[in-house]
Amino acid sequence: MSEKELGRKWDRCLADTAVKLGAGLGLGIVFSVVFFKRRTWPISFGLGYGLGMAYSNCQHDFRSPYLLHGHVVKEQ
Amino acid sequence: MLRVCRKAAGGAAQSCLYGRGSLRPLQPCCYYSSTGSSGATAGKLVGAGLLFMGGGLGGTILYAKWDPKFRANVEKSVPYSEQLFQMTLGPPASPAPLPKKAVPPQPLHISSVAETSKESKQKKEKSAEQPAAEVLPPPGEHSLEEASTEAAHIISAMSEAVSVPAPGTHRDEAEPQAEAPAGAECVECKHEAPSAVKERPAEEVAVRLALQDQAEQDVLASLSTTLEEALGRTAKVTLQAVEAQDAAVQAICTHTQKLKEAMEDSEVSSDQKSTQWSALESALKERSKCVDNAADALQKARSELENLRGVIAAAKKSSVPGARAHILAAEENLHRMSVDLDNKVSKVQSAQTEAKIISQYSELVREAKTQFQKELNSITPDIQGGWKGLKMSDVAGKLTADDLNSLIAHAHRRIDQLNRELAEQRVREQLRIETALEQQRLEDKKALDGAVAAALERRREEVRLEQERKVEEVREVMEAEMRTQLRRQAAAHTDHLRDVLKVQEQELRAEAQESLNRKLVEQETEFRRMNQQQINAFTQDVNTAFARLKGMEDAIDSHAVAEEEARRAHQLWLAVEALGYTLKTAAAEAPTEPLAGAVQAIRDSCGENEFAQALATALPEESLQRGVYSEASLRARFYSIRKLARRVAMIDETRNSLYQYFLSYLQSVLLFEPEQVAPPAKLSPDDMDTFKLLSYATYCIEHGDLELAAKFVNQLRGESRRVAQDWLKEARLTLETRQIVSLLSAYANAVGLGTTQAP
Repeated sequence: MSEKELGRKWDRCLADTAVKLGAGLGLGIVFSVVFFKRRTWPISFGLGYGLGMAYSNCQHDFRSPYLLHGHVVKEQ
Repeated sequence: MLRVCRKAAGGAAQSCLYGRGSLRPLQPCCYYSSTGSSGATAGKLVGAGLLFMGGGLGGTILYAKWDPKFRANVEKSVPYSEQLFQMTLGPPASPAPLPKKAVPPQPLHISSVAETSKESKQKKEKSAEQPAAEVLPPPGEHSLEEASTEAAHIISAMSEAVSVPAPGTHRDEAEPQAEAPAGAECVECKHEAPSAVKERPAEEVAVRLALQDQAEQDVLASLSTTLEEALGRTAKVTLQAVEAQDAAVQAICTHTQKLKEAMEDSEVSSDQKSTQWSALESALKERSKCVDNAADALQKARSELENLRGVIAAAKKSSVPGARAHILAAEENLHRMSVDLDNKVSKVQSAQTEAKIISQYSELVREAKTQFQKELNSITPDIQGGWKGLKMSDVAGKLTADDLNSLIAHAHRRIDQLNRELAEQRVREQLRIETALEQQRLEDKKALDGAVAAALERRREEVRLEQERKVEEVREVMEAEMRTQLRRQAAAHTDHLRDVLKVQEQELRAEAQESLNRKLVEQETEFRRMNQQQINAFTQDVNTAFARLKGMEDAIDSHAVAEEEARRAHQLWLAVEALGYTLKTAAAEAPTEPLAGAVQAIRDSCGENEFAQALATALPEESLQRGVYSEASLRARFYSIRKLARRVAMIDETRNSLYQYFLSYLQSVLLFEPEQVAPPAKLSPDDMDTFKLLSYATYCIEHGDLELAAKFVNQLRGESRRVAQDWLKEARLTLETRQIVSLLSAYANAVGLGTTQAP
């Protein structure tokens, strides 16, 4: 169903956001804990990174139908 | 009301997809009623509601009692109102009788028809009677007249041919006699003329003629009998007379002979002489007797002849022509008899004269002898007894020489005397002869005259008889000739008739032959024509029968074919119906069953039908494999689509970031437009707005026009389109399938209708 596609996309997006956020958070926490002495900025960075990635993924996912793919035609 | 609302609210949870639109009007009242459910007002409300309802019901019942039409309407519309009305009002009144009006006019019509028929019948009878009566008498008269005239003609022709000779025979006797009967006949004719009969019928004529003939025959018979009697009598008597005359003649002759003998035979002996003289006397007696007899007989004969003559005259007067022959014969007989009689009489008279002469001679001789005797006696007185009876020898013996001489002298003297007398006699003889001749001549003349007269008379009579006979003969001959001529004429007539008849016969025969031939030819041609006609008709019939048979066969075949077609059509229809039914098997969310089976069934049922095959193949694969969604499901789905499409209305190729998504969502939240807008007839570019399109589509969806909705949805662009893509596809599928199915159904219906045999 094409109308469910958006929903699915949104689901995916949210899931991805969640995952990314989680991962970002995790990594941020990890980095913050491991590397950056429990600062919040790696968490936010990581969240932001995760969110940004998720956003980008989401957007890409939402844009994907409209993307034009070019092909290089080798001339012979 | 509350319950209904509650039910509705409960049902909405289940059938929100279906009844969402229809429940909308109820929802406000639900909200209204739900707010006013406090105690006192509820009771008031309930009471008011009950009163209202009771009033409505009572009013309805009263009005139904008054107006039966209303009652019928209410009974029709409200389910159990019939029972309610029957309980309260009783059974409905029966409808008013209508046909009464139609009955009365009918008897009038019938009576009028009867009257007209009676009148016409009477008229017809009258008119039939009159011409019949008129027609009958004239043909009767005409027929009678014609028949009578025809019969008369024929009969007259016949009678003319028949009766022509008859009048010839009847003419003579009919002349004096027929004048009266002819007069009577003419009178009768005159009497009969007014009765429109022109000629006497042949029967009457024949009868009359027969009567006449009979009368004539009778008269003739009587005459002939009388004549014959008379003739017989006269003949007898005449014969007797003739015989008597003959006898008389004979007697006279014998007498004379005897006398002669007696006179001459002087040398005979006396005995013989005496015997002779006695014989003579006897002969004389005989003669006288015979003569008397003859005279008597003659008298009788003459009287009889007179009688006969009288009878003949009477017969002549009676003038029966048939008797003419008899009369003539009688006359002839009479004449002959009279002639005979006269002859005999003349013979007798001649005999008598001769006898008289002889007697005179004998007397003279006797006188001479007596004289001689006397002389002898005077001379020779010796010899006595006379010389007679004496022979010479006797005489010679008795006498002497003197006596002899004297005798011789006497003898000489006598001889001289005798010579002288002889001379004198010779001389006087001449004179006497002359005188005698004269006398004789006179007497002869007289006798001649008498004889001539008698002969003349006789001749005249004979001539007359001859004439009459001749006339009779001539008449007979004439009559015979006339008869022969008439016969000849009749024969000629018959010949002519025969010829004419023959000619006519030939002509008629030819005509008949010709007509026969013509008729035959006609009949032949007719027969041939009829034959041909029959043959034609027969062949035509056979052809028609054959054609009919063929037609029947064709019809049967076509029937079979049609039935086959019908069966196939039926099958097709059934299959299409099955297909249509499968379309209905769409559950709420699930699609229908795969249509492949039904379509296969259709394909099977319409094996050769290209159209159906084409249609069947035109069905999209998706519908075959997966089935299609129902309109309701599509409708339901549409709303979600709509929502979604509204949300992503701004998103297209150029705007497709998340932010745009957010903006589009914001736009959908903030933009208010009516949910359903009736689409215009023509779309302007302004209408290409997503929201407008969706409104139009909603409107169409709500009004069941999936196609138009799909068309509007098809006009969406961008993400909205993409979102609605599947729905569109499904809608297209559904529409396609439905279209094909409806086509097929229509086609099946058409085929079914086409194959249905109209009664």
